[in-house]
Amino acid sequence: MSAMQKIFSNMYRDSVALMRLSAEAADLPGIDAVSAIMATEANIALLAEAGLLDGAPDAGPNDLLLVIQGGDNAAINAGADFIESALNETAEGLGEGGGVPALPHSVEAALGAQPAANLALISCPGEYAGAEAMKALRLGLDVMLFSDNVSVADEVALKTMGDELGRLVMGPDCGTAIINGVPLGFANVVRRGNIGLVAASGTGLQQVSCLIDDLGGGISQAIGTGGRDLKSQVGGRAMVRGLEMLASDSDTEVIVLISKPPDADVAKRLMDLGADCAKPVVINFLGADGGANTLEEAAHLAVAAANGETADMETLPRHNLDADAVEKARAALGSGQGSIRALYSGGTFAYETMLILQPLLGTIWSPSPLDPDGLLDDPWQSRGHSVIDLGDDIFTRGRPHPMIDHRLRGERILQESADAETAVILLDLVLGYGSHDDPAGELATAINQARDIADAAGRWVHFVGFVCGTDADPQNAARQAEILGHAGVLLTPSNAQAARLAADILGSSR
Amino acid sequence: MSSDLFHSNLSVVNVGLDSFADAIETAGGQAVRTDWRPPAGGDTDAGAAVAALISDARIDAANETAFAKYLAAQPILEGVGRAGDCLPGMGERTITHSGPPVDWLDMCGPVKGAIIGAIIYEGWAADEAGAQSLADSGEVTFAPCHHHNAVGPMAGIVSPSMPVWIVKNSDAGNMSYCTLNEGLGRVLRFGAFDGEVLERLNWMQDVLARVMKAAIEGLGGVDIKTIMAQALHMGDEVHNRNAAATSLLIKALIPPALRSGLDQAEIAAAIEFMAGNDHFFLNISMAGCKSMLDAAHGIEGSTMVTAMSRNGVEFGIRVSGTGDEWFTAKAPVVDGLYFPGYSMADAAPDLGDSAITETAGLGGFAMAASPAIVQFVGGTPADAILRSREMQQITLGRNGALTLPALNFGGTAAGIDVRQVADQSVLPIINTGIAHKRAGIGQIGAGITRAPMECFAKAVRRLADNKASG
Repeated sequence: MSAMQKIFSNMYRDSVALMRLSAEAADLPGIDAVSAIMATEANIALLAEAGLLDGAPDAGPNDLLLVIQGGDNAAINAGADFIESALNETAEGLGEGGGVPALPHSVEAALGAQPAANLALISCPGEYAGAEAMKALRLGLDVMLFSDNVSVADEVALKTMGDELGRLVMGPDCGTAIINGVPLGFANVVRRGNIGLVAASGTGLQQVSCLIDDLGGGISQAIGTGGRDLKSQVGGRAMVRGLEMLASDSDTEVIVLISKPPDADVAKRLMDLGADCAKPVVINFLGADGGANTLEEAAHLAVAAANGETADMETLPRHNLDADAVEKARAALGSGQGSIRALYSGGTFAYETMLILQPLLGTIWSPSPLDPDGLLDDPWQSRGHSVIDLGDDIFTRGRPHPMIDHRLRGERILQESADAETAVILLDLVLGYGSHDDPAGELATAINQARDIADAAGRWVHFVGFVCGTDADPQNAARQAEILGHAGVLLTPSNAQAARLAADILGSSR
Repeated sequence: MSSDLFHSNLSVVNVGLDSFADAIETAGGQAVRTDWRPPAGGDTDAGAAVAALISDARIDAANETAFAKYLAAQPILEGVGRAGDCLPGMGERTITHSGPPVDWLDMCGPVKGAIIGAIIYEGWAADEAGAQSLADSGEVTFAPCHHHNAVGPMAGIVSPSMPVWIVKNSDAGNMSYCTLNEGLGRVLRFGAFDGEVLERLNWMQDVLARVMKAAIEGLGGVDIKTIMAQALHMGDEVHNRNAAATSLLIKALIPPALRSGLDQAEIAAAIEFMAGNDHFFLNISMAGCKSMLDAAHGIEGSTMVTAMSRNGVEFGIRVSGTGDEWFTAKAPVVDGLYFPGYSMADAAPDLGDSAITETAGLGGFAMAASPAIVQFVGGTPADAILRSREMQQITLGRNGALTLPALNFGGTAAGIDVRQVADQSVLPIINTGIAHKRAGIGQIGAGITRAPMECFAKAVRRLADNKASG
């Protein structure tokens, strides 16, 4: 144990600065105690009381007294050097720094920073999301609530409040919207035009808007409502509101309504409202009677109406592969290969595929089946014809969504290709803002491995898929399609065509 | 009413995933990014309560009224009186303490020590053992200073015979009180009660009070806000640094003291006493802040904080629109800078009514005026400015009478809104001294701390309940 006392004559430093400096020096290796003080009577008494002082130092109130105790002289000298150099440091670096002013921490504070803001996009964890949406509404903003895990009761409360305040509430669990040409959440870059969408289905909205773009049409507004909007408790509040907004929007000439399986009464009400609307209204409610049968049909009907034409759905192709090619594909399958395995990232695609396949192939197994009989007991293990939405809660708990992270889908592709029953693996590929930078590249890697597995077992497995996106998307749909094409994926323009192609490939080989 | 969303330029407040803002901007829209954090520190009930209180016209009007009363307050130091005669409802067997209510048995070391000292000082008991048994007996009433229009630093002990500063808000007429500062070292407010402490208290009661009273009355009162305003331009934040304000006060009091006709030796002793204590002004600052905030208290519906205070066990706040209710949480131990030989292990939890200064927009809120203080947490003058700016986010407005040179002479942020504290999860900054947890050892450090969120979470829940019920 050693000690050092040093006096800096006529050097004044603020007591707080000295305490800080002492604390820093005390953290140096081998130092037990450090005190740098102005040598006032009171301070010297304090040091003596703390046992840091032997005898009275020859120092006065204008002198700086440094006392250091430590393990050995080397450590103490190092400590003294540290203090001395800090004391001699110029005021350099004190002018700026301390970081930049923080970003606003709340919706209200953000509105203070940008009073012209008119919409809140909320994607915080669900347990907080309802409160954030309520604040945004109270503050006069329209709301897009991307977050999920918001209760139905909160959803009803928010949408009721939105109706009272004359505000739009998109969501909760609203994945996508395009407002005034600006993509919100997971959205594609589509041409602007005169077709307005309201969708209680994120991927449904993406599919229809991309197909409209592909057919040469354009989108005025695409409003998401959240997938539960047409359930009986919510009563289609957001879709009714969206329909009214589009009906009175001068830039919208045709309206498309899309929904996951709706409550029958709510669906009826919206169909009635659509029929009464002064503008053509195209409806595709999954599993409901009336309206377009598929998302693809809805896009065709909308573009035709926008062009002032009537569409003949009979002329729509079943899919884009000719009979010879289908026959060839069927011939490549072994005798035991009779099952379709659809591994989707979009829930609406999964549902539409089941609607198409079930009449053609019988029972379709799924964790969310059309009929209770088709419930897949173990969602991790396919049987027969299985359609799996890997974006379902059961798969995303603690994991990123398959549109962002393809690892889980890659593993499942390998698993299905190792199954001797598997004939066709159906895939969707969703592009746009928010999705993975290169989903086709990720899938191609898994597909190539899957082929090796099947090959080793003497089998050929078909991959059928479609790209939901546009060439203007950050990932570029043409480029993504090319990558999948190189990997041998049979590509169709839409989900409906992909599902039908898969069924046709099985054909009579079953 | 209908949304005009389609006919305006889309400007999106983005709460959550930052990449969504990137996409909006890439596509030519405007995004307002946020550094969102769960409101009320993640307390979803309190978060829902905040949501029900945000953007409420009645609350906003109540806050405007409360804040206007705070701004209009003109605290004038009118003189010195005897606590038992001045503090409303105090009586002759009451001792007041800092912070929210606390039972004698639960009090922290310094407060217990100071109460024993006050009992001996009052002559209610002859020694420590006698004072202890008197306190145990329940024959002395203990109450928060705040319940008697008073405030006190650290233990905050006021007993009937003690001299108190008398402060009147000349605008609204409300009165407030605070003891006279004893200086540093072994003093009652840190729980010391030996002979030296009691002797000093007796001298203050006799000589110091007499000289101060004569000098102040000779001046016709001292405008506290004017001294604060000057001191803010001289490096004080008038909580943890009062060197300039004390000097200004001495400068003002010397001539009337000398003219008072009192004994020259007594005047000299009083002036020497003031000059030997850079914190002498603190207690006047506190009474002045209490004066401004009491004016804003009791406005129905208002969410403005009118007191933040600690008793060494609990931290408590009061809100203008919720009457006399305290919203409390466990008092934190301050992670500050400690005097040689001491550490956090020796510290009493946060203590004292002095956070009334922060409540009034001074102290930690006025840190930009006092860069030296920010060094308690290793900060720079730029940090000091950032902290004052940060407090602007949770306050109702600025006090143009109390300006900060480093913020281009803008007014200090004042009028803490419990809604904003909870909504943004930004906690009020408090500059504070640190007391030893054992009675009588005194100050062992100082630092910068934050008020606990739990107090604000409780307050917003109460306010939301009140709103829902009527």
